[in-house]
Amino acid sequence: MQHAHARGAPRRSVMIPLLGILLSACATAPQSQAPTPQATPAPSTPAPYTSTYRALPSTTTLIRGATVLTGTGTRIDNGDVLIVDGKISAVGTQLSAPAGAKVIEANGRWVTPGLIDVHSHLGVYPSPGVDAHSDGNEMVDPVTAQAWAEHALWPQDPGFQTALEGGITTMQILPGSGNLIGGRGVTVKNVHATTYQAMKFPGAPQGLKMACGENPKGVYGGKGQAPMTRMGNVAGYRQAFADAQAYREEWNKYRRELAEYEKKQKDAAGKKKDADDKPPSPPKRDLKSDTLVGAMNGEILVHIHCYRADEMAIMIDLANEFGFKIAAFHHAVEAYKIADLLAQNDICGAEWADWWGFKMEAFDGVMENLALTDMPRNSCAVVHSDSPEGIQRLNQEAGKAMARGNRMGLDISREHAITWLTLNAAKALGIDQVTGTLEAGKMGDVVIWNGDPFSVYALAEAVFIDGALVYDRKSPPAKPASDFLLGQYETAVKGSAQ
Amino acid sequence: MRALIASALAVVASNAVAQDILIRGATVYTSTAKGTLTNTDVLIRDGRIHSIGTGLAADNATTLDAKGRALTPGLFAGLTTIGIQEVSQEATTDDASIGLGAPAYEMQWRPEFDVSTAYNGRSVLVPVTRIEGMTWTVLNPGIASNGNFLAGQGAAVTLDGRQDAVLDGSRSLFINLGGQMNSHSGGSRAAQWMVLEQAVHETRNRVSDQKSLMHPLGREVFARYLSGGRVIFNVDRAGDIVKTIAFAKRYNIKPVIAGGAEAWIVADQLAEAKVPVIIDALNNLPNTFDQIGARLDNAALLNKAGVKLTFSMFEDSHNARKVRQLAGNAVAHGMPKEAAVTALTADAADIFGLGATRGRIAAGQVADVVLWSGDPLEVTSLADQVWIAGRPVDMRSRQTELRDRYFERLKRATAN
Repeated sequence: MQHAHARGAPRRSVMIPLLGILLSACATAPQSQAPTPQATPAPSTPAPYTSTYRALPSTTTLIRGATVLTGTGTRIDNGDVLIVDGKISAVGTQLSAPAGAKVIEANGRWVTPGLIDVHSHLGVYPSPGVDAHSDGNEMVDPVTAQAWAEHALWPQDPGFQTALEGGITTMQILPGSGNLIGGRGVTVKNVHATTYQAMKFPGAPQGLKMACGENPKGVYGGKGQAPMTRMGNVAGYRQAFADAQAYREEWNKYRRELAEYEKKQKDAAGKKKDADDKPPSPPKRDLKSDTLVGAMNGEILVHIHCYRADEMAIMIDLANEFGFKIAAFHHAVEAYKIADLLAQNDICGAEWADWWGFKMEAFDGVMENLALTDMPRNSCAVVHSDSPEGIQRLNQEAGKAMARGNRMGLDISREHAITWLTLNAAKALGIDQVTGTLEAGKMGDVVIWNGDPFSVYALAEAVFIDGALVYDRKSPPAKPASDFLLGQYETAVKGSAQ
Repeated sequence: MRALIASALAVVASNAVAQDILIRGATVYTSTAKGTLTNTDVLIRDGRIHSIGTGLAADNATTLDAKGRALTPGLFAGLTTIGIQEVSQEATTDDASIGLGAPAYEMQWRPEFDVSTAYNGRSVLVPVTRIEGMTWTVLNPGIASNGNFLAGQGAAVTLDGRQDAVLDGSRSLFINLGGQMNSHSGGSRAAQWMVLEQAVHETRNRVSDQKSLMHPLGREVFARYLSGGRVIFNVDRAGDIVKTIAFAKRYNIKPVIAGGAEAWIVADQLAEAKVPVIIDALNNLPNTFDQIGARLDNAALLNKAGVKLTFSMFEDSHNARKVRQLAGNAVAHGMPKEAAVTALTADAADIFGLGATRGRIAAGQVADVVLWSGDPLEVTSLADQVWIAGRPVDMRSRQTELRDRYFERLKRATAN
């Protein structure tokens, strides 16, 4: 999306068609405990780059008398939400406040789970969008599965704070879509931190970003390299996964040989050693194939930027050929043409409400896309942003999509539509066991809205992450969270910049 | 010319002659000093607003009961490339900007470039946009990668699908300023002012055609803008806005600020100089170093200071319809709702010199009106019916065709 591009008058796109327009992903709905993020066939060592996130101190809080959309498809009028020890403790009506609880009278307010964006480039294409910050596309090779978005994530991106003010508590940061396989994405909690490790969602699986269509073939075809066509795109994915299969087999063979060797050593204990009997050497580690093996093993969830219906169907065949599962198609502008196929394959469609037309593969966009994607049984429609602006108002995106669906006769309620940016998004990211709904035991990720959250006039009044009040519109932070803005935004606000 | 009405309308065009239409019982956002009138009738005759009142009668009129729904003037779709750029990334469909290949340092200016001459009334973007309640737009020339920071001219067009769509008196010159234009001005924004001064000098002094910035025709065109012509300056940084106001005053230009991320900082100066501003009300991030002070209450602060403003998406013409959401968010951040509707209607028309005929529901105005399913700025509301110059718009587009085809398919596929 134009999103990452600097705003100005309409101008010819001089950037390669990717900066903002990244990818899309759709999660298979793994009802999983978040798997361990280390997806390497190499011998297990303590996972590096591990999360150092610690929940902020929280107070026992009872939110009382609100319209509660639980994220499970239920609406509770005059409902209460109790948060204890950072977790949802109870949701219902007439709950009593434990001793010492902070009580928030929320009459006229609406309460939802914290919103989740499955597709963001905050931190890797941050503001300001200067050349030095262009860290989302390693466009030197069409397959850079070895690259991790988290290693480029700049925690000082001012966009994290503005997203928080829009109720976003969790997001997946992905590499861009310049490559066939861009690398690993990371899921973070939207807390301000100095290191990305302190934002990293504990236990969340990583994502694998892949891209269909115009972007990769445009980037490399323009340089006279493969892929130059959609044929080349698919050949590129297939070769990468075939290489990873061979790599996996090498490691499996090594493990078998190592086991045999160890057994032999054990059996031979005390006997004279055969001087030639050395342990097998491990294969050379290949970071690219490590990632793809992780995807085939289901430890890394596959998110594919894919606009066109026919290309999504091809990617489903690719997944079947190599035995991986697609979590979500992102930017799935034509999902409405194959909504049944996506539902049958348990693949989410992550979409905008109305973006379309800026390139050929986006030319068939319709405003009913999310509503139609949602139509089949067992479907998984997800509202996503791919934009530092869009992420601030996913609720409005959902409002637009809901209204279009209802105009065409579908009966989409607010309690259902909220799942597109809470539960379904959590499923796509493999974290639905721990967040995404207001159910006892889940993380205390909660938003209080000053009105109907599907309204253009609604604002998040209070945002809780793991039970901690991290944004309060009534007493907004005096200074910007971002170090970048500190000392210059306030100058602007005071009007002394002239 | 009736024959040139867009293809999507061909089937209904024969029925869509300008007959009398009486809309009864609407909540009428007049965008005039009368404000918003409840339970009010509007009579449209010969393509114009004939009268506004209660209990209006018209024997031959097609009558429609609004049942209290909102009726607004047709909305401004913002500064766009609708009809001059079909698919942004396909060069053969993109006529929005000029780059003649001259090196940037030669600064060859083409103010005579008028992008409205490339307008295609049959673009699929036209129906896509108008069925969302936007009845006109201003074609905004872009900056080519090998182009200059002076983009050229554009003009307002009505979105009824006609080919000859330019609205008289709306032609404007577009100049982009600031750090984003450094690569189009020899590497410095100071050079932008230098070259602007050079251009003014050329219009007033004899220069050799071989060593001039502009062709003789370009000089003629530029000179016209130096006698009270409207120039849209795309500029964000507060200090640059102040310089723009002073430059315009010095050379008798009627300036409009577009972009204006930091306009709120200099709101009083804009108000005093009566300079209007076109903003993206969702812009609150420092996308560039010229936008450090971007904030969501920019519209509210400008409006409070008495600055005339309207809204536009920038670089996103396919989704120009989102301009309504921009206005709604401006309201969420402090702008009065009626002022935001007026911004998208009467104020936009006034900014482009069209206020005498468009932008208001008032007797004598061209009957560009929209009946809404609910609050006209609400994301869950839709345009129920749009009229342009008194003709009902066929509420269909290529997108609704695609939707219906696949909705039917999906209903069958999910039936069992």
